[in-house]
Amino acid sequence: MPDLGKYAFEVLSAYAVSLLLLGGLIWISLRQSARMRRRLEEQERRMNRNG
Amino acid sequence: MSLWEYANPKKFMALSARVLPWVTGLAATTLLVGLVWGFFFTPDDFRQGSTVKIIYVHVPSAMMAINVWVMMLVASLIWLVRRHHVSALAAKAAAPIGMVMTLIALITGAVWGQPMWGTWWAWDPRLTSFLILFLFYLGYIALWQAIEDPDTAADLTSVLCLVGSVFALLSRYAVLFWNQGLHQGASLSLDREEHVADVFAWPLWVSMAGFGLLFLALVLLRTRTEIRARRLRALEARERMQ
Repeated sequence: MPDLGKYAFEVLSAYAVSLLLLGGLIWISLRQSARMRRRLEEQERRMNRNG
Repeated sequence: MSLWEYANPKKFMALSARVLPWVTGLAATTLLVGLVWGFFFTPDDFRQGSTVKIIYVHVPSAMMAINVWVMMLVASLIWLVRRHHVSALAAKAAAPIGMVMTLIALITGAVWGQPMWGTWWAWDPRLTSFLILFLFYLGYIALWQAIEDPDTAADLTSVLCLVGSVFALLSRYAVLFWNQGLHQGASLSLDREEHVADVFAWPLWVSMAGFGLLFLALVLLRTRTEIRARRLRALEARERMQ
């Protein structure tokens, strides 16, 4: 860990907020992608079954 | 082979499925190298101390905040002129990414500004135009959610995107138009006098590439989700009519 001196709080909080927001965006995008894929597959299966 | 072939959702899905894992891997590697290099292996600035390390998240996110809107503008124009659904869906998919990038730029800018300028916020031209850009992102996302018919939503959001482009450009060039305000000029410039020192510039270039690649990976993933959602709506409508 580098010595951040008297600005440690500012530097660490800037990185923490950035990584948290980016992580949240990635997590939401992956979850929405998986959910939509599953719903579409179920719909296609149901329509194939019913002709 | 024409670029327009990828406006076909099937071709877009096939190509993006092949490209996405590589772009994701490259984005993760580049972002990790850029941020670790910048945070752990660069010296403090003689004036700004360790706060200079905030540059590796602040500048790339600010750059992407503007570039994402420019990408949305191009996609919106393609929709308005050629009516390719994939372009409208790509613009819709990009908006939340741009919004998060703008939010990161605003927050990290405030955190950096407090010890350097003595204030979290000032109604400086660049800061104000970034805040307005953030509000445009919110408005754009809300407009997509508010309108039920997807084609009408694409038309209206495209017009909003054209209007918002003024603020996206203003965010970039505000410091050149007005010689006032707290925010300094560009950190990376062809003018060597304005350019940050190489020891800071190289990891900054890598971080910027990482943010750019992360955007590309996310926009591909989210556009695929939007294409699937559109197909699901079409299948559900067909089922209801049977």
